[in-house]
Amino acid sequence: MLRFEDIRVGLALPERAFTPTSAELFVYNAAIWNPHRIHYDLPYATQVEGYPAIVIDGPLQGDWLTQAVTDWIGEDARLVVFKYSNRRAAYLGDTVTSGGTVKASDKSSRRVTLELFIKNAKGEVIAPGEAVVEFPRD
Amino acid sequence: MAALLTPELKRAIGKRSAPITELVTAREIRRYATATSQRQEKFLNGREAPPLFYARFLKEIPTLDRMIHDGRFMDDLLPPLPLKRTMAGGCETTYHRPIRAGDTLTGVFTIKDLYEKEGASGPLIFATVELAVTDAENRPVVTELTTRIFR
Repeated sequence: MLRFEDIRVGLALPERAFTPTSAELFVYNAAIWNPHRIHYDLPYATQVEGYPAIVIDGPLQGDWLTQAVTDWIGEDARLVVFKYSNRRAAYLGDTVTSGGTVKASDKSSRRVTLELFIKNAKGEVIAPGEAVVEFPRD
Repeated sequence: MAALLTPELKRAIGKRSAPITELVTAREIRRYATATSQRQEKFLNGREAPPLFYARFLKEIPTLDRMIHDGRFMDDLLPPLPLKRTMAGGCETTYHRPIRAGDTLTGVFTIKDLYEKEGASGPLIFATVELAVTDAENRPVVTELTTRIFR
């Protein structure tokens, strides 16, 4: 169990690697009702929009950032604020890694601020994020 | 620099979408949870929605005649802007309470701001849109602010 008292600034969250297949991207875009062709139509993505390959959805990377948080807190705290942005694209075939660190912790509100990242294989942060989680009072 | 955002375009600030009301089902949550490779049991069994479930759930489902050449649907909230290419913006969400199967949610999109800046490679237009999600008792559930950048 994760306890507020044990959390220190600088603590690293577990990392997780994602290498979505085209079928997995299809299922995601079907689930969110997103027909944007850059996620499944290779000739369109490369010849019309000029991408090197099929594009991994930005919001899917946002979701992976939230999972770095929800998998870490489990039932022990609740997510209060989440923000992220997509800085660089990721493409079908890429492996990206989610993770984060504890940036701040406030005793009076029992809130912990986390800095989150999605990194590509070169180690570049392609989707930075931040979350605030709140621990219940004992 | 000549202003790209005319007074007429700036008048779109404050414009709201028609409210969309939907019932959250466990099946709809399970689809999203599976598609995003969630690991928490409460998400996978459809009891509680993962944090970003709401984002697409409260968009309208347009008819196919409103689909444009790239496969997307026309967005009729923002006025036609003089810059067309979009760049990654940011998104900030405040969670008032978790979304659970059985909730009836209402979403309203509002244009909160439209402004322009001179970027390193030319002018940029920023559009900030709020999505306010409320429950059947009109209590806030989720508030999201998204900034889209046009270049």
